[in-house]
Formats: sequence, structure tokens, C-alpha cells
Amino acid sequence: MSLVVKDLVVDHGAIRAIDEVSFTVEEGKLSAVIGANGAGKSTLLRTLSGLNTATNGSAYWGEHNLLHGKPESHVRKGVSHVSEGKSVVAELTVEENLDLGALWRRNKKESSQTKQQVVELFPRLGERLNQRADTLSGGERQMLAIGRALMSKPKLLLLDEPSLGLAPLVIEQIFQTIRGIVDSMNLTVVLVEQNAMGALKIADTAVVLNLGHVATSGSATELIADPAVRAAYLGY
Amino acid sequence: MTQFINMLLIGIGAGSIYALMAIAMVLVWRSTRVINFAQAGMALLSTYIGFELVQKTGNFWIALPLAMVLGALFSALVEILLIRTLIRHSTSGPVAGIVPIIATLGLLGFIRAMIGFIWGNQDVQIQPPLSKIGFKVGQETIALSPMNLLVLITVLAMVLILGFIFQKTNLGLSLRASAYSPEIAQLAGVRVGAIRTIGWSIAGAAGAAAGLLQTVNGTGTVSPDSLEFSLLLTFGFIAAVIGGLESLPGAVLGAVVLGLVLAFVQIYISGTLVFIVAFALLLLVLLIRPQGFIGTKAGRRA
Repeated sequence: MSLVVKDLVVDHGAIRAIDEVSFTVEEGKLSAVIGANGAGKSTLLRTLSGLNTATNGSAYWGEHNLLHGKPESHVRKGVSHVSEGKSVVAELTVEENLDLGALWRRNKKESSQTKQQVVELFPRLGERLNQRADTLSGGERQMLAIGRALMSKPKLLLLDEPSLGLAPLVIEQIFQTIRGIVDSMNLTVVLVEQNAMGALKIADTAVVLNLGHVATSGSATELIADPAVRAAYLGY
Repeated sequence: MTQFINMLLIGIGAGSIYALMAIAMVLVWRSTRVINFAQAGMALLSTYIGFELVQKTGNFWIALPLAMVLGALFSALVEILLIRTLIRHSTSGPVAGIVPIIATLGLLGFIRAMIGFIWGNQDVQIQPPLSKIGFKVGQETIALSPMNLLVLITVLAMVLILGFIFQKTNLGLSLRASAYSPEIAQLAGVRVGAIRTIGWSIAGAAGAAAGLLQTVNGTGTVSPDSLEFSLLLTFGFIAAVIGGLESLPGAVLGAVVLGLVLAFVQIYISGTLVFIVAFALLLLVLLIRPQGFIGTKAGRRA
């Protein structure tokens, strides 16, 4: 299975947020979507997970049409979205946030195995299962958001700015964890990031968005070497 | 001393029924961000249905759960047929967001008129299933009858069951997550639309129980313009707001406090002051602690 986005157009009222965007992510690969603020990165992810409506174009995860249906049906097809800004329910406990991601799963034995795996992956969450999510640090909340998404046993994971508002050391840790998940669980990941360098370092491929258009795309190593990308997005 | 104990008993008894109404308001508010002014109308309708069921079955304790189930169904229908569409359509314009709330006012009038059309405008009578003569302690008769006691026990049982559902079950987790962060709940796979309908259903059941218990605990009569139902709506609403509007324990606390304050006024000052004091309490809480007894200052998170 792969993610195939073709000529995608998304409008926000009169503003065209995404304009004829096409890209492909092969199964088991991590693709970074980078670009400045307002480039349309979050809109792109929100459209793929069913939160926003597309005006035109197509987006398929394998056979599954991502432009049709609500987020709750996409989750059941293996597509999980971690939205921008530590997407956890602050008023619920850590464990309730995790459980939330697996409520729809019928096989409760498998879900509790998944919970075990998530807690092994993020031991800090395991120590804080009964704490309310709003007592966690920024990094822990981001881990919880990713953990919640993993509880749905996704095949395609859409991550929106996991580095937002975190300290450099924590960012490094989160990025390494994401790379680890991709390799160990054979996940396909679309990682939207403002932190272009950090994202490119762990990504296999990347798409550079500029004002809703694809400015350039290719393998992450190529893009890091590209002088134009370096000047515009990496700052050196 | 007896007078003081009676005040406590009357206050808690009245408060327990306001609590059911307040719970209904909070559930609807949490699931759809709508203040349901039709709640009293829906409770009234359920009470009339309960009246029919008492006539048919001859047993109040069979009629009550049946009326609650029908009240839940009616409430679910209102959410699906009316509120859902209104919320979807009222996204822009000067009245955006309050359209569903105004619609509930319209629905309140509509239901009352319908009841008048079907059952006529005279009072109907529901026989209380238990004696309403107060227990005797020594030579004194206290303000607690077998009927009052059963109402209290019933309300307490319902609150405990609701609390259990909310805190310990998957349905409760879905309800809470959908209330706090509908988008995150959706991304986690919760069918938020269906959960909203369930929130309205539970509210409908709680409202039906409030209506029937209020009627048999009070005068036993009910009419389309029944003052008791206006009181139930007003006091349930005040209780919900002073309790924080977001929290079920808050709604119960608000209702009991309101019941006690009103009982105090009624017994020690004057029955004519009850309304003034109820609204003064509402304004006072809104001025001093707008987030209610239970509720965070930050209010709702996006």
C-alpha cells in the first residue's frame, strides 16, 4: 500500500490553501512535508484525515479513498492523525487518552497488548497513567498524542508539527522515536514540520510546500544538499 | 430544631429533583453546546406519557422507566431531526451559533401546544404510589414522607448509575472526550455524531424522571401550562449554571445548594421571596464565580 495524492486542491473560503499538490509515499517510508508558516502543511494533513474537505483532486491510501468519509472511518482503515498542538484531551487521564484511541477496536485483548507496547515505547507515560494529561510536560504530551494514535493500530500515521513548542533536546528525542516507530512497526508516516532540518534528517523523502504549491520534492538527502532548499528553509 | 431539620429535608428533596433537570441541561450543553430550553417541555411530554402508562399499567414503578425510555427516544429524535441540521446550517450570519438555542424556545412552545391539543388544557392527575404523610419521630411529624424518601433514593440511584457510566465505561469515556475535544475524539475514532445523540437521550431520560417525580412528589396534577414545570426548568437551569454547566457533580451540588437556600427562605423568611432569591443567587454566583462551583477558570478548551 502507498499514499498517492494527486492534483489535490483545498479552499478555505475564498483562499486557495492547497493548489494542485501531488506526491506519493511508499509503504514503510517516512515523508517530511516542510515549508514556511501558511504554506498549507496543516491543511494538507487535515484534508487527508477527513477534517477538511477537498475541492478537487484525489488522495488514496491503497484502495481507501481519503477524500471520502469522516476521520472516525479513516481511523478504522488504519489512518491516524496527530493534529497540531499536542493533540490530547487535557481533562482526561493519560490512560484514558490512550484507551480513547482503541475504543472502536473489537478485540480488547489486542488493544491491551498495543497499550503494553505503547507504554514500553514511552515509559514516562507508563509512570503517569493516572495523571491528568494537562499535568504532563510538553514533550510528554506529544508522546501521549503519538501513543494515542498508535493505540488505533495505524498503518499510515499523519503527524502535524510534533516539535512545536518543545526544547531542542526533547525535539531530538521525539524525532528519534518517530524514526524508531517507522522502522520497528513498518509504519508509513507523513511528517509535517516547521523544523525543516530536523525533519529532513530522519525522513526518507520530502515535499517542500510554498503557498500551497509543491516547490520541490525528492529524497531527503537530495533536498538537504539542494542549495535552494538550504537557503530558503534550512537557513544556511 | 424540628423546623431546621424540616428545612434540610425539604431542601434536599426539592434539590434532588432539580438535580435531575440540571443534569439533563449539562448533558445537552456538553454534547452539543446548546442550552435546551425545551427540556421542560420534553419533561412535560414524558410526564403525560407517564400518566397514560400509569393508567394502563396501574403501577407507577413500571410507568417511570418506560416513560424515561420514551423520553430518551424523543430527545434523540429532536437532536437528529432538528438540532443537528440547525448546527450544520447556522455557521454564519448574526445569529450563528445561537440558532439551535432559539429553536429550543420554539420547541418548548410547540410541545406545550401539542400537549394541549392531545390531552386538553385541564389538569390530569397522577396518583402518588406511596403515602405523602410525613414520618413520625416521637410526637412530631417531620417533612419526610415515604414518597419523599423514595424520590430521594431513586434520584440518588440515578446519579450513581450516571456517575458510573461516565467514569468507568467506554461509553462514558467517549461522552467525556467528545464533550471536551470533539476533534480529538473524532481523530481517535469516536463516532462523535452518535455520541451526541446518546448525550441527548440520557438527558431526555433524566428530564422524564424529573418531570414524573416532581409531579407525584408535589401536587400530583399536571397541565400544559403547569407552573411546576416552569419552576423545574428555571431552577434546573439555575442549578446547572451555578454548578458550572460543565460538570455533573457540579449540577448536583448546585441543585442541592439551591434547594436548601430556597427551603431556608421559604421556612424562615417568606414563600413569596423564593423567586427573587433564586435569581439573586444566580446573579451573585455569575458575578463572583462565573465558572460556577465546579469549573476551571480557563473554561472550555478549544
